[in-house]
Amino acid sequence: MGAKAENAVRPPSLAPSSSFPFPSLRTLKLKTKQQELLIRVSTLALIYVLAFAVRLFSVLRYESMIHEFDPYFNYRTTLFLTKNGFYEFWNWFDAESWYPLGRIIGGTLFPGLMVTAALIYRVFRFLTFAVHIREVCVLTAPFFASNTTLVAYFFGKEIWDAGAGLAAAALIAICPGYISRSVAGSYDNEGVAIFALLLTFYFFVKAVNTGSLAWGLASAFGYFYMVSAWGGYVFIINLVPLYVLVLLITGRYSMRLYVAYNCMYILGMLLAMQIRFVGFQHVQSGEHMAAMGVFFLMQVFYFVDWVKYTLNDPKLFHSFLRITLTCSISVGALALGVGTATGYISPWTGRFYSLLDPTYAKDHIPIIASVSEHQPTAWSSFIAVAVSATIKNLTTLIRTKSKASQTVSSKGTSSLKASAKASLDQALPFQRNAAIALLAGAFYLLSRYAIHCTWVTSEAYSSPSIVLAARGAHGGRVIFDDYREAYFWLRQNTPPDAKVMSWWDYGYQITAMGNRTVIVDNNTWNNTHIATVGRAMSSYEDEAYEIMQSLDVDYVLVVFGGVTGYSSDDINKFLWMVRIGGGVFPVIKEPDYLVNGEYRVDKGAAPKMLNCLMYKLCYYRFGELTTEYGKPTGYDRARGVEIGNKDIKLEYLEEAFTTSNWIVRIYKVKPPKNRW
Amino acid sequence: MAKSTSSDAQMLIRSLRTAYAATPTNLKIIDLYVVYAIVTAVIQVVYMGVVGSFPFNSFLSGVLSCVGTAVLAVCLRIQVNKENKEFKDLPPERAYADFILCNLVLHLVIMNFLG
Repeated sequence: MGAKAENAVRPPSLAPSSSFPFPSLRTLKLKTKQQELLIRVSTLALIYVLAFAVRLFSVLRYESMIHEFDPYFNYRTTLFLTKNGFYEFWNWFDAESWYPLGRIIGGTLFPGLMVTAALIYRVFRFLTFAVHIREVCVLTAPFFASNTTLVAYFFGKEIWDAGAGLAAAALIAICPGYISRSVAGSYDNEGVAIFALLLTFYFFVKAVNTGSLAWGLASAFGYFYMVSAWGGYVFIINLVPLYVLVLLITGRYSMRLYVAYNCMYILGMLLAMQIRFVGFQHVQSGEHMAAMGVFFLMQVFYFVDWVKYTLNDPKLFHSFLRITLTCSISVGALALGVGTATGYISPWTGRFYSLLDPTYAKDHIPIIASVSEHQPTAWSSFIAVAVSATIKNLTTLIRTKSKASQTVSSKGTSSLKASAKASLDQALPFQRNAAIALLAGAFYLLSRYAIHCTWVTSEAYSSPSIVLAARGAHGGRVIFDDYREAYFWLRQNTPPDAKVMSWWDYGYQITAMGNRTVIVDNNTWNNTHIATVGRAMSSYEDEAYEIMQSLDVDYVLVVFGGVTGYSSDDINKFLWMVRIGGGVFPVIKEPDYLVNGEYRVDKGAAPKMLNCLMYKLCYYRFGELTTEYGKPTGYDRARGVEIGNKDIKLEYLEEAFTTSNWIVRIYKVKPPKNRW
Repeated sequence: MAKSTSSDAQMLIRSLRTAYAATPTNLKIIDLYVVYAIVTAVIQVVYMGVVGSFPFNSFLSGVLSCVGTAVLAVCLRIQVNKENKEFKDLPPERAYADFILCNLVLHLVIMNFLG
């Protein structure tokens, strides 16, 4: 009788006849807090994996390779670091680029990314995983994107609560702006720098909230990592003082703010100056002066506060305040004025000045204006950002409502609880329905956003740029691997000390993959040298030959998209070469290459255009080629016209190699003729 | 006007002195340390004015080590001061340990930067 009763009492979930293989949450008999923890941890784990997985499109579609241009430099330096050690890396003078000037690589790069990848590589080697450094480089950015989601979670939790932290982590995992700079293969500074940025801000907020010197020290180290990783650290050194200033002005300051900011500023500044590329900028550059100004302002502010507290007498304090204010303002203004006037404090550089005046670069510095990444964003993406920000605010708002009800129900006695609950229920009868409707709407918007992010990642941001793909006639995928074909031809068929002249875009790739010396590369630190190359490309062949002789050039490399319809080739970039060359050598005039202000390559093109070196090298033997059915020979598919000069003869160069789709063309510079 | 400002200043200094005499001894020791660090920094700046600023990294590391220890000592004073309500839960051992740690990092970086 008793046994039967026990059987009846036993809960159904523990019944042995249960055929359900997956244990329900109830079998674990978790309390609410533990259930919540489980949900949180599993969501965070999923977000971690998601952030990594969404960045892998190009690895799955093409192969595990480094993308674009700048990552090739980073890859080459990381390779050097792993082979030769940190001392050689830090003191490296490279003779293989910017011939004949060379480049002090050790003092002109941000080492954070390379050191991070080399450390990860060392750890793997120590655990006897025999990975190649290239695989580590390709996957560094997605790995750090996953870590950024963790930091975003803790940051959200610190500012608001765990729910906001999860929302922040999820949004940053799929945010398209971040994905575009941290996709697998995009081995660039931003991949680790965004992680360092968020980490520094999190540590600083933690320091301000707790007032602990240890957290201030952590934020100083976070700042050091950021400075070692990316030139965008200037953002932190201006945003944090701005934040402190706002707190001081609105009166929301406390002793903890003093401890946090001072510790971070002094230690952070000292650590940052250990990076040679940054050098003494923290005390000399105009972009860093805000932080110093706020530092001094803080000392004065808190000193005045302390005097006020000690004196306990308003009249005396007012006279003291008068004296101090006049003294400090005059000293500060004098120092700033003298510093800027004598030129000791350098003005804002062109890169950051363009933030204030977007048209500045186009008129004064053509080499900054010519970079496609510097173009301002389209309005549509601004609106998209605004919409997603509104979604986030709505979600937080809804969560506030629930948080308020939670707080009400947890505090106080049972009677208070009952009465509060009753009043809440009575207050707005359709509050619950409105909340459900809002939640459904937010869920729909967020799922559309997630789909959009995945789509845009897959379509726009996962292209390696060095391998091109297109849809063939029957829908099959056609791969153009011309760049790598050309670089490996260079590597295997030219003497090891050959010098290659090309436009600066391809410099890093040629040095990394072709292993040959280049004249100019993507570092663009010497405008005159680039202008010399630009002048050579825009001159007639004999003038260009003189310039090439002076630079010891053995091979010339051009990129041509006329056969494939590839539109990012050198003919489309040619006007920038003319502008940059003309900026230094007035003999190159842009109107010489235009007809009625129009840029043409067909029969009606300007005569100088039809006979310049770039035109000849791109269209050599192209006049005999039929590129499209039904069109005449020499039809340029990228410009959509039949070229003007089909019968090109080269006197000082000879064709060395043209890739299978005519995208990259390499010419050998002939030695000077014998004199009788 | 000048007389009133000078008499104001005198009263100011006198009342500051009497108020300061009331602070506990451990805080006065920290204040003395801060003053010592600032004076050292000023001496270094004057020396730099006399002999020139080359090598700049040595000058910066010297001055910043003084300013750094002064600032960290002020932070310690804030955390140890019994009158600060914000830090009443912080044990003075923790404050002192943080101070030592930050000073250690500061001086390690200074040694690297001295050149």
